[in-house]
Amino acid sequence: MGDDMFRNVKNEAQRFVDKWAEEHRYQIQDVKFTMYLWRRSRLSLVGSGIVVALIVVSLLAPHLPLYDPFELNVQNRLLPPSWEHLCGTDQLGRDILTRMINGSRISLMIGAMVVTIASLIGLVLGLVSGYFGRKIDEAIMRLTDMFFAFPRLVLAMAVAAALGPGINNTMLAIAVVSWPIYARLARAGALQVKNEIYVEAAKSIGAGHMRTLFLHILPMILHLIIVQATLDMGGVILEAAGLSFIGLGAQPPSPEWGLMVSEGRHYIHMNWWVSTLPGVAIVITALGFNLLGDGLRDIFDVRTRR
Amino acid sequence: MSEELLTVRNLVTHFYTYRGIVKALEGVDLTVDRREVIGLVGETGSGKSVTALSIMRLIEPPGKIIGGEVIFDGRDLLKLSDEEMRRVRGKEISMIFQEPTLALNPVLTIGLQIQEAIETQDIRKEDTEKLATVMLEKVGLPDPERMFKNYPHELSGGMAQRAMIAMALSMKPKLLIADEPTSSLDVTVQAQILDLMKKLVEEIGASVLYITHNLGVAAEICDKIAVMYTGNIVEFSDVLMMFEEPLHPYTQGLLNAIPKLGHDLYTIGGEVPDLVNPPTGCRFHPRCQEALDICSKAKPQLIEVKKGHLVACHLLKY
Repeated sequence: MGDDMFRNVKNEAQRFVDKWAEEHRYQIQDVKFTMYLWRRSRLSLVGSGIVVALIVVSLLAPHLPLYDPFELNVQNRLLPPSWEHLCGTDQLGRDILTRMINGSRISLMIGAMVVTIASLIGLVLGLVSGYFGRKIDEAIMRLTDMFFAFPRLVLAMAVAAALGPGINNTMLAIAVVSWPIYARLARAGALQVKNEIYVEAAKSIGAGHMRTLFLHILPMILHLIIVQATLDMGGVILEAAGLSFIGLGAQPPSPEWGLMVSEGRHYIHMNWWVSTLPGVAIVITALGFNLLGDGLRDIFDVRTRR
Repeated sequence: MSEELLTVRNLVTHFYTYRGIVKALEGVDLTVDRREVIGLVGETGSGKSVTALSIMRLIEPPGKIIGGEVIFDGRDLLKLSDEEMRRVRGKEISMIFQEPTLALNPVLTIGLQIQEAIETQDIRKEDTEKLATVMLEKVGLPDPERMFKNYPHELSGGMAQRAMIAMALSMKPKLLIADEPTSSLDVTVQAQILDLMKKLVEEIGASVLYITHNLGVAAEICDKIAVMYTGNIVEFSDVLMMFEEPLHPYTQGLLNAIPKLGHDLYTIGGEVPDLVNPPTGCRFHPRCQEALDICSKAKPQLIEVKKGHLVACHLLKY
């Protein structure tokens, strides 16, 4: 009796799953193909691994069995790596691994915030620029030219110096210098897509500018922005570390990676680990995001898809 | 209510290109009465599509509408604000295109796109889904509920064109502009689509401006035909009159050029002139076998030579 009921429920569930699979067979095929492309590229797998590991570690940081990242213990200062302190301790006796893991939260947050702000600003300005063209286009593109005329980091330094030190100002400074690339990308995409017949067709049934831009053009160029944003994450984290290194970013006692490298450089000839290990963390993170971005570009590319 | 739905007077559209000004329309005159199907025929590059887009005011830079009037239902469309014009599109005039699979957005479902066509016209959201499904059923798509969730690439060309027709007619427009809607479909499907269009258009009482280069198709569904050459209407008359007694040498050439079994293919000599530097006088005179002296000097006006038969040709005056 109970067995029968169980079997009925099971059959019912099976039927439901089958029906769903049948209705969504194209979507399922597409996801499978995407996974295949992902697996095929070893480097993007490595990149995804690094990024996922970083995100997991940074999310779990408060629950890991770590030391207090801010607790001073001058007796233990500048201990070399050991089982007790896997990455050694710094000049104030703080555990470097603990600080690096807490620092990963800062770096990822800076990266995510900056990329989100910059890509949103760039996306909207670029779409408007490419879609409306003429004077608006001219104005926005000359503005991006001004930004491209300076090296990114130099401009970010100037903005950060003007705003004053602090993590929020660092994010603002980097966002201000990174939006133009998104604007250029979105504009190029919009120029291409706006001449498609379905855009004309949408207009011919009475779609307004907003509807045309955000429903018909935006989805077609989103992949460009996603790839660029992923590639940019590494760069942004690097720039944030750079600004902190020269004192324009995070302030002590923050466990920001660039700041840790900076603080350790007085001891580098005797105690290499204080500066080197946070530096390695920066390199691995930047590399991870770049590999992932490269992989995503290949996966989104229509030429590899069909 | 007047009989005339759309009156185009002296419509001029130019494209500003690197090579110079392309005079795509040089003063088009056209009248579409209510519930009438007008065929607009002509060679590639004669300005058929530009006429359609100019009426819809969808000419993008470097193109520009220079002048003329497009009187639709008593209003000059060229004088409306952009927002007013947007409300005309879809609701009063809508359009279907040559390549149905390219005219549908590849990332949105069919249902959503039809729903969207309805939504642009301030209809309550809850009603749009029902209305869209009804439209899909009307155009004869099997299993409309499932079709609603399909993407354009899952449809064949004929099905996609049916979906486009559903979209274009969902707001019951007064005028449907069809820009070679069957050219990219195979012949059997063409006939089905033509029948469907005719039926639905009669049902909602719309007029049609049917653009084609296929005289056979035009003869089958149109009440009147306008022949275009290099941005000018050269002849405008009833379908029967046009086929029985074409008066303009260009129209005569076109009709002769329809392939007939057992005869060599007739061709009109020469080629379509460059629209940056069109010939003087009658634009057709370099290719016209009966050209007179005056043909290269003065441009003939479109005049009514018989009741309901307008021709722009000097030959008929002498």
